Amino acid sequence: MNQAEQQLSNNYRTALIDLLYQMADDELTIGHRSSEWLGIAPDLEEDIAFSSISQDEVGHATFYFELLSELGEGDPDKLAFARTKEKRQNARVLERPNHDWAYTIARGYFYDVFDHIRLQELLQTNYTPLQKGVQKILREERYHLLHMETWFERLGVAKGEAKGRLENAVITIWPDLTDLFSLGRSNEILRKEGIFPISESALSDKWTQQVKPLFDRTELMWPGTPHVMTGNGRLGVHTSDLQQLLDMMTEVYRSDLIATW
Amino acid sequence: MSDVQLQIFMDRIQQGQKIESTDWMPDDYRKLVIKQIHMHGISEVMGAYPEKEWVPKAPNLRRKLALIAKVQDEIGHGQLLLRVAEDAAKPFGKVRDDMITDLFVNKVKFHNVFHMEAPTWADAGIIGFLVDGGAIITQASLLESSYGPYARVLQRICAEESFHMQHGESVVLSLAEGTAEQREMLQAAVTRWWPSMMFFFGPPEMSSGAQRMMEYKIRTRTNEELRQKFINRYVPRVLSLGMTLPDNQLAYHAETKLWTYTEPDWEKFSYMVQHNSGPKSQARIELRRQAHEDQKWVRDAMIRAGQVIEAMA
Repeated sequence: MNQAEQQLSNNYRTALIDLLYQMADDELTIGHRSSEWLGIAPDLEEDIAFSSISQDEVGHATFYFELLSELGEGDPDKLAFARTKEKRQNARVLERPNHDWAYTIARGYFYDVFDHIRLQELLQTNYTPLQKGVQKILREERYHLLHMETWFERLGVAKGEAKGRLENAVITIWPDLTDLFSLGRSNEILRKEGIFPISESALSDKWTQQVKPLFDRTELMWPGTPHVMTGNGRLGVHTSDLQQLLDMMTEVYRSDLIATW
Repeated sequence: MSDVQLQIFMDRIQQGQKIESTDWMPDDYRKLVIKQIHMHGISEVMGAYPEKEWVPKAPNLRRKLALIAKVQDEIGHGQLLLRVAEDAAKPFGKVRDDMITDLFVNKVKFHNVFHMEAPTWADAGIIGFLVDGGAIITQASLLESSYGPYARVLQRICAEESFHMQHGESVVLSLAEGTAEQREMLQAAVTRWWPSMMFFFGPPEMSSGAQRMMEYKIRTRTNEELRQKFINRYVPRVLSLGMTLPDNQLAYHAETKLWTYTEPDWEKFSYMVQHNSGPKSQARIELRRQAHEDQKWVRDAMIRAGQVIEAMA
Protein backbone atom coordinates (compact mmCIF):
# COMPACT_ATOMS: atom_id res chain seq x y z
CA MET A 1 0.00 0.00 0.00
CA ASN A 2 1.49 3.33 -0.98
CA GLN A 3 1.34 6.47 1.09
CA ALA A 4 -1.50 7.97 -0.97
CA GLU A 5 -3.73 5.01 -0.15
CA GLN A 6 -2.87 4.99 3.53
CA GLN A 7 -5.18 6.52 6.03
CA LEU A 8 -3.94 10.09 6.15
CA SER A 9 -5.49 12.34 8.76
CA ASN A 10 -8.03 14.77 7.37
CA ASN A 11 -5.87 17.74 8.27
CA TYR A 12 -2.81 16.24 6.61
CA ARG A 13 -4.70 15.32 3.46
CA THR A 14 -6.37 18.69 3.03
CA ALA A 15 -3.13 20.59 3.54
CA LEU A 16 -1.17 18.33 1.18
CA ILE A 17 -3.85 18.63 -1.49
CA ASP A 18 -3.80 22.41 -1.15
CA LEU A 19 -0.05 22.57 -1.59
CA LEU A 20 -0.15 20.27 -4.61
CA TYR A 21 -2.81 22.41 -6.28
CA GLN A 22 -0.66 25.49 -5.72
CA MET A 23 2.30 23.78 -7.34
CA ALA A 24 0.35 22.18 -10.19
CA ASP A 25 -1.49 25.39 -11.02
CA ASP A 26 1.69 27.49 -10.82
CA GLU A 27 3.50 25.21 -13.25
CA LEU A 28 0.61 24.78 -15.69
CA THR A 29 -0.09 28.51 -15.79
CA ILE A 30 3.53 29.57 -16.33
CA GLY A 31 4.06 26.65 -18.74
CA HIS A 32 1.10 27.83 -20.79
CA ARG A 33 2.37 31.40 -20.81
CA SER A 34 5.89 30.28 -21.74
CA SER A 35 4.54 28.30 -24.67
CA GLU A 36 2.94 31.46 -26.03
CA TRP A 37 6.46 32.53 -27.05
CA LEU A 38 6.68 29.63 -29.50
CA GLY A 39 7.66 30.97 -32.88
CA ILE A 40 8.01 34.58 -31.71
CA ALA A 41 10.94 34.57 -29.24
CA PRO A 42 13.77 37.06 -29.89
CA ASP A 43 15.81 34.55 -31.86
CA LEU A 44 15.56 30.96 -33.01
CA GLU A 45 17.91 29.60 -30.34
CA GLU A 46 15.87 31.21 -27.57
CA ASP A 47 12.67 29.95 -29.13
CA ILE A 48 14.00 26.43 -28.78
CA ALA A 49 15.30 26.97 -25.23
CA PHE A 50 12.06 28.54 -24.04
CA SER A 51 10.09 25.73 -25.54
CA SER A 52 12.10 23.20 -23.54
CA ILE A 53 11.36 25.20 -20.41
CA SER A 54 7.63 25.28 -21.13
CA GLN A 55 7.64 21.53 -21.74
CA ASP A 56 9.35 20.97 -18.39
CA GLU A 57 6.79 23.17 -16.66
CA VAL A 58 3.77 21.45 -18.20
CA GLY A 59 5.47 18.14 -17.39
CA HIS A 60 5.90 19.11 -13.74
CA ALA A 61 2.27 20.22 -13.58
CA THR A 62 1.31 16.82 -14.95
CA PHE A 63 3.31 15.12 -12.20
CA TYR A 64 1.56 17.16 -9.47
CA PHE A 65 -1.86 16.52 -11.01
CA GLU A 66 -1.04 12.81 -11.00
CA LEU A 67 -0.20 12.99 -7.29
CA LEU A 68 -3.54 14.71 -6.73
CA SER A 69 -5.22 12.01 -8.72
CA GLU A 70 -3.64 9.35 -6.49
CA LEU A 71 -5.09 11.22 -3.54
CA GLY A 72 -8.56 10.78 -5.00
CA GLU A 73 -8.97 14.18 -6.65
CA GLY A 74 -9.86 12.70 -10.04
CA ASP A 75 -8.45 12.51 -13.55
CA PRO A 76 -5.33 14.69 -14.11
CA ASP A 77 -6.63 16.15 -17.39
CA LYS A 78 -9.89 17.04 -15.72
CA LEU A 79 -7.99 18.76 -12.93
CA ALA A 80 -5.98 20.72 -15.47
CA PHE A 81 -8.82 21.63 -17.82
CA ALA A 82 -12.17 21.49 -16.03
CA ARG A 83 -11.60 23.51 -12.86
CA THR A 84 -13.02 27.03 -12.84
CA LYS A 85 -11.00 30.13 -12.10
CA GLU A 86 -12.14 30.17 -8.45
CA LYS A 87 -10.74 26.67 -7.89
CA ARG A 88 -7.28 27.56 -9.18
CA GLN A 89 -4.53 28.19 -6.65
CA ASN A 90 -1.68 29.58 -8.76
CA ALA A 91 0.00 32.84 -7.80
CA ARG A 92 -1.58 35.73 -9.66
CA VAL A 93 1.60 37.01 -11.28
CA LEU A 94 1.82 33.82 -13.33
CA GLU A 95 -1.53 34.36 -15.02
CA ARG A 96 -0.59 37.79 -16.35
CA PRO A 97 0.04 38.07 -20.09
CA ASN A 98 3.67 37.90 -21.26
CA HIS A 99 3.97 41.60 -22.15
CA ASP A 100 7.46 42.01 -23.59
CA TRP A 101 10.62 39.93 -23.26
CA ALA A 102 11.82 41.95 -20.26
CA TYR A 103 8.57 41.26 -18.36
CA THR A 104 8.72 37.58 -19.27
CA ILE A 105 12.31 37.28 -18.07
CA ALA A 106 11.77 39.26 -14.86
CA ARG A 107 8.66 37.26 -13.95
CA GLY A 108 10.35 34.02 -14.93
CA TYR A 109 13.35 34.85 -12.78
CA PHE A 110 11.29 35.89 -9.73
CA TYR A 111 9.15 32.78 -10.01
CA ASP A 112 12.04 30.41 -10.61
CA VAL A 113 13.92 31.68 -7.55
CA PHE A 114 10.76 31.12 -5.52
CA ASP A 115 10.07 27.70 -7.02
CA HIS A 116 13.65 26.62 -6.47
CA ILE A 117 13.41 27.52 -2.77
CA ARG A 118 10.06 25.75 -2.50
CA LEU A 119 11.48 22.61 -4.11
CA GLN A 120 14.60 22.61 -1.96
CA GLU A 121 12.46 22.86 1.16
CA LEU A 122 10.35 20.00 -0.12
CA LEU A 123 13.38 17.71 -0.02
CA GLN A 124 12.47 17.60 3.70
CA THR A 125 8.80 16.76 3.19
CA ASN A 126 7.47 13.65 4.87
CA TYR A 127 5.23 12.86 1.89
CA THR A 128 7.50 10.42 0.04
CA PRO A 129 5.84 10.47 -3.44
CA LEU A 130 6.33 14.23 -3.55
CA GLN A 131 9.83 14.11 -2.13
CA LYS A 132 10.93 11.62 -4.79
CA GLY A 133 9.47 13.66 -7.65
CA VAL A 134 11.02 16.86 -6.35
CA GLN A 135 14.51 15.38 -6.53
CA LYS A 136 14.10 14.91 -10.27
CA ILE A 137 12.28 18.19 -10.85
CA LEU A 138 15.00 20.14 -9.06
CA ARG A 139 17.53 18.92 -11.61
CA GLU A 140 15.50 20.59 -14.39
CA GLU A 141 14.54 23.71 -12.46
CA ARG A 142 18.20 24.48 -11.80
CA TYR A 143 18.64 25.10 -15.52
CA HIS A 144 15.51 27.25 -15.74
CA LEU A 145 16.78 29.39 -12.90
CA LEU A 146 20.24 29.70 -14.44
CA HIS A 147 18.67 30.63 -17.78
CA MET A 148 16.40 33.32 -16.30
CA GLU A 149 19.11 34.70 -14.05
CA THR A 150 21.53 35.04 -16.97
CA TRP A 151 18.94 36.83 -19.08
CA PHE A 152 17.92 39.12 -16.23
CA GLU A 153 21.50 40.11 -15.52
CA ARG A 154 22.32 40.67 -19.18
CA LEU A 155 19.25 42.81 -19.83
CA GLY A 156 20.32 44.86 -16.83
CA VAL A 157 23.97 45.34 -17.73
CA ALA A 158 23.11 46.11 -21.36
CA LYS A 159 21.68 49.43 -20.14
CA GLY A 160 19.68 51.53 -22.61
CA GLU A 161 16.30 50.31 -23.82
CA ALA A 162 16.79 46.86 -22.30
CA LYS A 163 17.37 48.19 -18.81
CA GLY A 164 14.48 50.66 -19.16
CA ARG A 165 12.17 47.83 -20.10
CA LEU A 166 13.47 45.72 -17.24
CA GLU A 167 12.79 48.55 -14.77
CA ASN A 168 9.26 48.92 -16.10
CA ALA A 169 8.74 45.19 -15.80
CA VAL A 170 9.87 45.20 -12.16
CA ILE A 171 7.45 48.05 -11.36
CA THR A 172 4.58 46.22 -13.05
CA ILE A 173 5.31 42.86 -11.47
CA TRP A 174 6.10 43.96 -7.92
CA PRO A 175 2.53 44.51 -6.60
CA ASP A 176 1.56 41.11 -8.04
CA LEU A 177 4.20 39.23 -6.07
CA THR A 178 2.65 39.07 -2.62
CA ASP A 179 0.61 35.90 -2.97
CA LEU A 180 3.58 34.07 -4.46
CA PHE A 181 4.75 33.54 -0.87
CA SER A 182 1.33 32.64 0.47
CA LEU A 183 0.76 29.01 1.42
CA GLY A 184 -2.98 29.48 1.35
CA ARG A 185 -5.45 28.31 3.93
CA SER A 186 -3.31 25.36 5.09
CA ASN A 187 -0.29 27.47 5.92
CA GLU A 188 0.04 26.43 9.61
CA ILE A 189 -0.92 22.80 9.12
CA LEU A 190 1.62 22.27 6.35
CA ARG A 191 4.41 23.00 8.80
CA LYS A 192 2.87 21.22 11.75
CA GLU A 193 2.30 18.05 9.74
CA GLY A 194 5.82 18.04 8.28
CA ILE A 195 4.64 18.49 4.71
CA PHE A 196 6.35 21.83 4.11
CA PRO A 197 8.96 22.93 6.64
CA ILE A 198 9.13 26.71 6.51
CA SER A 199 6.77 29.64 7.03
CA GLU A 200 5.54 32.17 4.49
CA SER A 201 7.75 34.90 5.91
CA ALA A 202 10.81 32.64 5.84
CA LEU A 203 10.04 31.85 2.19
CA SER A 204 9.80 35.52 1.38
CA ASP A 205 13.05 36.29 3.26
CA LYS A 206 14.98 33.58 1.47
CA TRP A 207 13.68 34.90 -1.83
CA THR A 208 14.77 38.45 -1.01
CA GLN A 209 18.22 37.21 0.01
CA GLN A 210 18.68 35.69 -3.44
CA VAL A 211 17.06 38.31 -5.61
CA LYS A 212 18.35 41.51 -4.02
CA PRO A 213 22.05 40.91 -4.80
CA LEU A 214 21.21 40.64 -8.50
CA PHE A 215 19.40 43.98 -8.30
CA ASP A 216 22.57 45.43 -6.81
CA ARG A 217 24.80 43.85 -9.44
CA THR A 218 22.68 45.22 -12.27
CA GLU A 219 22.19 48.58 -10.53
CA LEU A 220 18.43 48.21 -10.40
CA MET A 221 16.51 50.01 -7.67
CA TRP A 222 15.22 47.60 -5.03
CA PRO A 223 11.52 48.40 -4.54
CA GLY A 224 11.39 46.95 -0.99
CA THR A 225 9.88 43.68 0.12
CA PRO A 226 6.52 43.13 -1.57
CA HIS A 227 3.89 43.41 1.15
CA VAL A 228 0.56 44.92 0.15
CA MET A 229 -1.67 41.94 -0.64
CA THR A 230 -3.88 42.86 -3.59
CA GLY A 231 -5.63 39.51 -3.79
CA ASN A 232 -4.59 35.98 -2.99
CA GLY A 233 -4.49 33.51 -5.88
CA ARG A 234 -3.81 30.72 -3.37
CA LEU A 235 -7.37 31.33 -2.12
CA GLY A 236 -8.83 31.34 -5.62
CA VAL A 237 -8.94 35.11 -6.01
CA HIS A 238 -7.76 35.77 -9.56
CA THR A 239 -7.69 38.43 -12.23
CA SER A 240 -9.62 38.45 -15.51
CA ASP A 241 -6.32 37.46 -17.17
CA LEU A 242 -6.73 33.96 -15.77
CA GLN A 243 -10.25 33.73 -17.16
CA GLN A 244 -8.96 34.67 -20.60
CA LEU A 245 -6.18 32.13 -20.32
CA LEU A 246 -8.64 29.40 -19.31
CA ASP A 247 -11.11 30.32 -22.07
CA MET A 248 -8.31 29.83 -24.57
CA MET A 249 -6.78 26.75 -22.97
CA THR A 250 -10.06 24.85 -22.61
CA GLU A 251 -11.71 25.83 -25.91
CA VAL A 252 -11.36 22.41 -27.53
CA TYR A 253 -11.72 20.52 -24.24
CA ARG A 254 -15.04 22.26 -23.48
CA SER A 255 -16.42 21.65 -26.97
CA ASP A 256 -17.13 18.07 -25.89
CA LEU A 257 -16.47 17.14 -22.29
CA ILE A 258 -16.79 13.39 -22.72
CA ALA A 259 -14.97 13.01 -26.03
CA THR A 260 -11.49 11.48 -26.16
CA TRP A 261 -9.02 13.77 -27.85
CA MET B 1 36.68 28.19 -63.52
CA SER B 2 38.43 25.86 -65.89
CA ASP B 3 36.69 23.12 -67.83
CA VAL B 4 38.95 20.63 -66.11
CA GLN B 5 37.85 21.83 -62.67
CA LEU B 6 34.20 21.54 -63.67
CA GLN B 7 34.78 18.09 -65.14
CA ILE B 8 36.39 16.88 -61.91
CA PHE B 9 33.47 18.31 -59.94
CA MET B 10 30.88 16.61 -62.17
CA ASP B 11 32.80 13.35 -61.93
CA ARG B 12 32.64 13.55 -58.15
CA ILE B 13 28.88 14.10 -58.36
CA GLN B 14 28.52 11.14 -60.73
CA GLN B 15 30.53 8.93 -58.38
CA GLY B 16 28.13 9.81 -55.57
CA GLN B 17 30.72 11.76 -53.58
CA LYS B 18 29.49 14.42 -51.14
CA ILE B 19 30.40 18.05 -51.77
CA GLU B 20 31.44 20.01 -48.68
CA SER B 21 30.94 23.73 -48.14
CA THR B 22 34.69 24.41 -48.39
CA ASP B 23 35.16 22.35 -51.57
CA TRP B 24 35.42 24.04 -54.92
CA MET B 25 32.05 24.16 -56.65
CA PRO B 26 30.59 26.06 -59.59
CA ASP B 27 28.72 29.22 -58.56
CA ASP B 28 25.68 27.79 -60.23
CA TYR B 29 25.77 24.77 -57.91
CA ARG B 30 26.32 26.92 -54.85
CA LYS B 31 23.41 29.20 -55.73
CA LEU B 32 21.06 26.27 -56.25
CA VAL B 33 22.14 24.72 -52.94
CA ILE B 34 21.57 28.01 -51.11
CA LYS B 35 18.19 28.53 -52.76
CA GLN B 36 17.00 25.02 -51.88
CA ILE B 37 18.17 25.06 -48.25
CA HIS B 38 17.12 28.65 -47.65
CA MET B 39 13.61 27.88 -48.86
CA HIS B 40 13.54 24.66 -46.85
CA GLY B 41 14.76 26.40 -43.68
CA ILE B 42 12.28 29.27 -43.95
CA SER B 43 9.50 26.78 -44.65
CA GLU B 44 10.33 24.95 -41.41
CA VAL B 45 10.15 28.20 -39.46
CA MET B 46 6.89 29.23 -41.14
CA GLY B 47 5.62 25.69 -40.62
CA ALA B 48 5.64 26.33 -36.90
CA TYR B 49 2.79 28.83 -37.13
CA PRO B 50 -0.27 26.79 -38.19
CA GLU B 51 0.26 24.49 -35.21
CA LYS B 52 1.41 27.21 -32.86
CA GLU B 53 -2.19 28.45 -33.07
CA TRP B 54 -3.32 25.16 -31.50
CA VAL B 55 -0.70 24.84 -28.74
CA PRO B 56 -2.66 26.99 -26.25
CA LYS B 57 -5.84 25.05 -27.06
CA ALA B 58 -4.54 21.49 -27.06
CA PRO B 59 -7.27 19.53 -25.27
CA ASN B 60 -5.27 17.53 -22.73
CA LEU B 61 -1.88 17.55 -21.01
CA ARG B 62 -0.34 14.89 -23.23
CA ARG B 63 -1.38 16.64 -26.45
CA LYS B 64 -0.23 19.98 -25.12
CA LEU B 65 3.24 18.62 -24.35
CA ALA B 66 3.51 16.81 -27.67
CA LEU B 67 2.46 19.82 -29.70
CA ILE B 68 4.87 22.18 -27.93
CA ALA B 69 7.65 19.68 -28.63
CA LYS B 70 6.65 19.36 -32.27
CA VAL B 71 6.55 23.11 -32.91
CA GLN B 72 9.91 23.35 -31.15
CA ASP B 73 11.32 20.76 -33.55
CA GLU B 74 10.13 22.78 -36.55
CA ILE B 75 11.89 25.89 -35.28
CA GLY B 76 14.92 23.70 -34.54
CA HIS B 77 14.93 22.38 -38.12
CA GLY B 78 14.74 25.94 -39.37
CA GLN B 79 17.68 26.84 -37.17
CA LEU B 80 19.79 23.89 -38.39
CA LEU B 81 18.97 24.44 -42.05
CA LEU B 82 19.55 28.18 -42.00
CA ARG B 83 22.97 27.55 -40.45
CA VAL B 84 23.76 25.16 -43.29
CA ALA B 85 22.52 27.72 -45.83
CA GLU B 86 24.52 30.45 -44.13
CA ASP B 87 27.67 28.34 -44.39
CA ALA B 88 27.08 27.74 -48.08
CA ALA B 89 26.44 31.46 -48.58
CA LYS B 90 29.64 32.54 -46.87
CA PRO B 91 31.47 33.48 -50.12
CA PHE B 92 28.52 35.79 -50.93
CA GLY B 93 28.68 37.45 -47.51
CA LYS B 94 25.08 36.52 -46.75
CA VAL B 95 24.20 35.74 -43.11
CA ARG B 96 21.18 34.27 -41.33
CA ASP B 97 19.71 37.63 -40.53
CA ASP B 98 19.56 38.42 -44.27
CA MET B 99 17.92 35.07 -44.92
CA ILE B 100 15.18 35.81 -42.41
CA THR B 101 14.57 39.37 -43.61
CA ASP B 102 14.33 38.09 -47.20
CA LEU B 103 10.97 36.74 -46.12
CA PHE B 104 9.61 40.20 -45.38
CA VAL B 105 10.51 41.52 -48.82
CA ASN B 106 9.25 38.46 -50.66
CA LYS B 107 12.71 37.28 -51.70
CA VAL B 108 12.24 33.77 -50.39
CA LYS B 109 9.22 31.52 -50.75
CA PHE B 110 7.84 29.00 -48.33
CA HIS B 111 5.78 25.84 -48.84
CA ASN B 112 2.22 26.30 -50.01
CA VAL B 113 0.78 24.30 -47.13
CA PHE B 114 1.90 26.90 -44.57
CA HIS B 115 -0.11 29.63 -46.31
CA MET B 116 -3.33 27.77 -45.52
CA GLU B 117 -5.76 28.05 -42.65
CA ALA B 118 -5.89 25.53 -39.81
CA PRO B 119 -9.31 26.35 -38.40
CA THR B 120 -9.96 23.29 -36.19
CA TRP B 121 -8.14 20.93 -33.84
CA ALA B 122 -8.44 18.31 -36.58
CA ASP B 123 -6.24 20.51 -38.78
CA ALA B 124 -3.56 20.39 -36.10
CA GLY B 125 -3.66 16.58 -36.40
CA ILE B 126 -3.89 16.49 -40.20
CA ILE B 127 -0.85 18.74 -40.54
CA GLY B 128 1.23 16.20 -38.64
CA PHE B 129 -0.36 13.29 -40.46
CA LEU B 130 -0.34 14.54 -44.07
CA VAL B 131 2.07 17.49 -44.25
CA ASP B 132 4.79 15.91 -42.14
CA GLY B 133 4.03 12.63 -43.88
CA GLY B 134 4.63 14.37 -47.22
CA ALA B 135 7.71 16.12 -45.91
CA ILE B 136 9.21 12.79 -44.86
CA ILE B 137 8.91 11.52 -48.43
CA THR B 138 10.60 14.62 -49.86
CA GLN B 139 13.26 14.80 -47.19
CA ALA B 140 14.08 11.10 -47.22
CA SER B 141 14.82 11.46 -50.93
CA LEU B 142 17.13 14.38 -50.14
CA LEU B 143 19.25 12.17 -47.87
CA GLU B 144 20.96 11.19 -51.13
CA SER B 145 21.76 14.85 -51.91
CA SER B 146 25.20 15.54 -53.31
CA TYR B 147 25.60 18.46 -50.89
CA GLY B 148 27.06 16.77 -47.80
CA PRO B 149 26.06 19.23 -45.04
CA TYR B 150 22.44 19.16 -46.24
CA ALA B 151 22.29 15.37 -46.43
CA ARG B 152 23.73 15.05 -42.92
CA VAL B 153 21.44 17.56 -41.24
CA LEU B 154 18.49 15.83 -42.90
CA GLN B 155 19.23 12.61 -41.05
CA ARG B 156 18.21 14.19 -37.80
CA ILE B 157 15.34 16.10 -39.36
CA CYS B 158 13.88 12.95 -40.92
CA ALA B 159 14.06 11.10 -37.61
CA GLU B 160 12.13 13.88 -35.89
CA GLU B 161 9.60 14.23 -38.70
CA SER B 162 8.67 10.61 -38.25
CA PHE B 163 7.77 11.37 -34.61
CA HIS B 164 5.65 14.25 -35.89
CA MET B 165 3.85 11.99 -38.27
CA GLN B 166 3.15 9.54 -35.44
CA HIS B 167 1.88 12.40 -33.29
CA GLY B 168 -0.39 13.55 -36.13
CA GLU B 169 -1.58 10.00 -36.70
CA SER B 170 -2.40 9.61 -33.01
CA VAL B 171 -4.48 12.83 -32.97
CA VAL B 172 -6.21 11.78 -36.17
CA LEU B 173 -6.96 8.27 -34.87
CA SER B 174 -8.58 9.65 -31.72
CA LEU B 175 -10.85 11.79 -33.87
CA ALA B 176 -11.62 8.96 -36.29
CA GLU B 177 -12.63 6.72 -33.38
CA GLY B 178 -14.51 9.54 -31.67
CA THR B 179 -17.94 11.13 -31.82
CA ALA B 180 -19.85 11.99 -34.99
CA GLU B 181 -18.76 15.62 -34.58
CA GLN B 182 -15.11 14.64 -34.26
CA ARG B 183 -15.30 12.50 -37.39
CA GLU B 184 -17.00 15.32 -39.24
CA MET B 185 -14.27 17.72 -38.15
CA LEU B 186 -11.64 15.25 -39.36
CA GLN B 187 -13.34 14.72 -42.71
CA ALA B 188 -13.53 18.49 -43.26
CA ALA B 189 -9.81 18.80 -42.52
CA VAL B 190 -8.91 15.94 -44.90
CA THR B 191 -10.99 17.57 -47.63
CA ARG B 192 -9.40 20.94 -46.94
CA TRP B 193 -5.78 19.71 -47.05
CA TRP B 194 -5.81 17.18 -49.86
CA PRO B 195 -5.54 19.62 -52.85
CA SER B 196 -2.72 21.46 -51.03
CA MET B 197 -0.91 18.15 -50.63
CA MET B 198 -1.24 17.44 -54.36
CA PHE B 199 0.44 20.80 -55.03
CA PHE B 200 3.03 20.30 -52.26
CA PHE B 201 5.40 18.21 -54.45
CA GLY B 202 5.36 20.67 -57.35
CA PRO B 203 4.22 20.39 -60.98
CA PRO B 204 5.05 17.25 -63.04
CA GLU B 205 6.81 19.51 -65.54
CA MET B 206 9.76 20.69 -63.48
CA SER B 207 11.30 24.17 -63.68
CA SER B 208 14.72 24.62 -65.25
CA GLY B 209 16.17 25.27 -61.76
CA ALA B 210 14.71 22.02 -60.47
CA GLN B 211 16.08 20.17 -63.49
CA ARG B 212 19.55 21.55 -62.90
CA MET B 213 19.27 20.43 -59.27
CA MET B 214 18.63 16.93 -60.59
CA GLU B 215 21.70 17.12 -62.85
CA TYR B 216 23.80 18.16 -59.88
CA LYS B 217 22.09 15.53 -57.72
CA ILE B 218 21.25 18.19 -55.15
CA ARG B 219 17.94 16.38 -55.41
CA THR B 220 17.44 13.03 -57.01
CA ARG B 221 13.71 12.43 -57.40
CA THR B 222 11.20 14.13 -59.66
CA ASN B 223 8.16 15.92 -58.30
CA GLU B 224 5.90 13.30 -59.82
CA GLU B 225 7.83 10.38 -58.30
CA LEU B 226 7.44 11.94 -54.86
CA ARG B 227 3.77 12.68 -55.33
CA GLN B 228 3.06 9.14 -56.51
CA LYS B 229 4.80 7.78 -53.47
CA PHE B 230 2.69 10.02 -51.22
CA ILE B 231 -0.58 9.05 -52.88
CA ASN B 232 0.35 5.41 -52.75
CA ARG B 233 1.10 5.63 -49.04
CA TYR B 234 -1.73 7.89 -47.90
CA VAL B 235 -4.79 6.91 -49.92
CA PRO B 236 -5.12 3.58 -48.10
CA ARG B 237 -4.34 5.21 -44.75
CA VAL B 238 -7.01 7.88 -45.14
CA LEU B 239 -9.59 5.40 -46.38
CA SER B 240 -8.87 3.05 -43.48
CA LEU B 241 -9.81 5.89 -41.10
CA GLY B 242 -13.29 5.76 -42.65
CA MET B 243 -12.67 9.09 -44.37
CA THR B 244 -13.15 9.94 -48.03
CA LEU B 245 -10.87 11.90 -50.36
CA PRO B 246 -12.17 14.81 -52.43
CA ASP B 247 -10.98 13.41 -55.77
CA ASN B 248 -13.06 11.11 -57.98
CA GLN B 249 -10.13 10.65 -60.39
CA LEU B 250 -8.03 8.83 -57.80
CA ALA B 251 -7.30 5.37 -59.10
CA TYR B 252 -4.38 2.98 -59.13
CA HIS B 253 -3.36 1.44 -62.43
CA ALA B 254 -1.60 -1.86 -61.97
CA GLU B 255 -0.11 -1.88 -65.47
CA THR B 256 1.72 1.46 -65.03
CA LYS B 257 1.97 1.21 -61.23
CA LEU B 258 0.84 4.83 -61.16
CA TRP B 259 -2.09 6.71 -59.70
CA THR B 260 -4.31 9.05 -61.63
CA TYR B 261 -5.50 12.08 -59.71
CA THR B 262 -7.13 15.44 -60.28
CA GLU B 263 -4.47 18.04 -60.80
CA PRO B 264 -4.55 20.82 -58.25
CA ASP B 265 -5.06 24.36 -59.51
CA TRP B 266 -1.40 24.92 -60.34
CA GLU B 267 -1.88 28.53 -61.29
CA LYS B 268 -3.80 29.46 -58.17
CA PHE B 269 -1.34 27.82 -55.76
CA SER B 270 1.74 29.11 -57.63
CA TYR B 271 0.38 32.63 -57.55
CA MET B 272 -0.29 32.29 -53.82
CA VAL B 273 3.25 31.11 -53.07
CA GLN B 274 4.83 33.73 -55.35
CA HIS B 275 2.82 36.62 -53.93
CA ASN B 276 2.20 35.45 -50.37
CA SER B 277 -1.49 35.88 -51.03
CA GLY B 278 -2.84 32.78 -49.29
CA PRO B 279 -5.46 33.05 -46.54
CA LYS B 280 -2.81 33.07 -43.79
CA SER B 281 0.35 34.20 -45.64
CA GLN B 282 0.43 37.76 -44.40
CA ALA B 283 -0.68 37.05 -40.83
CA ARG B 284 2.08 34.46 -40.41
CA ILE B 285 4.77 36.61 -42.03
CA GLU B 286 3.66 39.30 -39.61
CA LEU B 287 4.31 36.93 -36.67
CA ARG B 288 7.82 36.32 -37.93
CA ARG B 289 8.32 40.06 -38.41
CA GLN B 290 7.22 40.63 -34.81
CA ALA B 291 9.70 38.05 -33.61
CA HIS B 292 12.53 39.41 -35.69
CA GLU B 293 12.08 43.16 -35.95
CA ASP B 294 10.08 44.07 -32.83
CA GLN B 295 12.62 42.21 -30.74
CA LYS B 296 15.76 43.47 -32.33
CA TRP B 297 16.27 45.41 -29.09
CA VAL B 298 16.78 42.12 -27.26
CA ARG B 299 19.42 40.85 -29.66
CA ASP B 300 21.16 44.25 -29.63
CA ALA B 301 21.11 44.24 -25.83
CA MET B 302 22.72 40.81 -25.75
CA ILE B 303 25.57 42.01 -27.94
CA ARG B 304 26.13 45.01 -25.63
CA ALA B 305 25.86 42.87 -22.50
CA GLY B 306 28.38 40.45 -23.95
CA GLN B 307 30.83 43.29 -24.48
CA VAL B 308 30.30 44.66 -20.96
CA ILE B 309 30.76 41.25 -19.36
CA GLU B 310 33.85 40.55 -21.45
CA ALA B 311 35.34 43.91 -20.45
CA MET B 312 34.73 43.13 -16.77
CA ALA B 313 36.39 39.72 -16.98
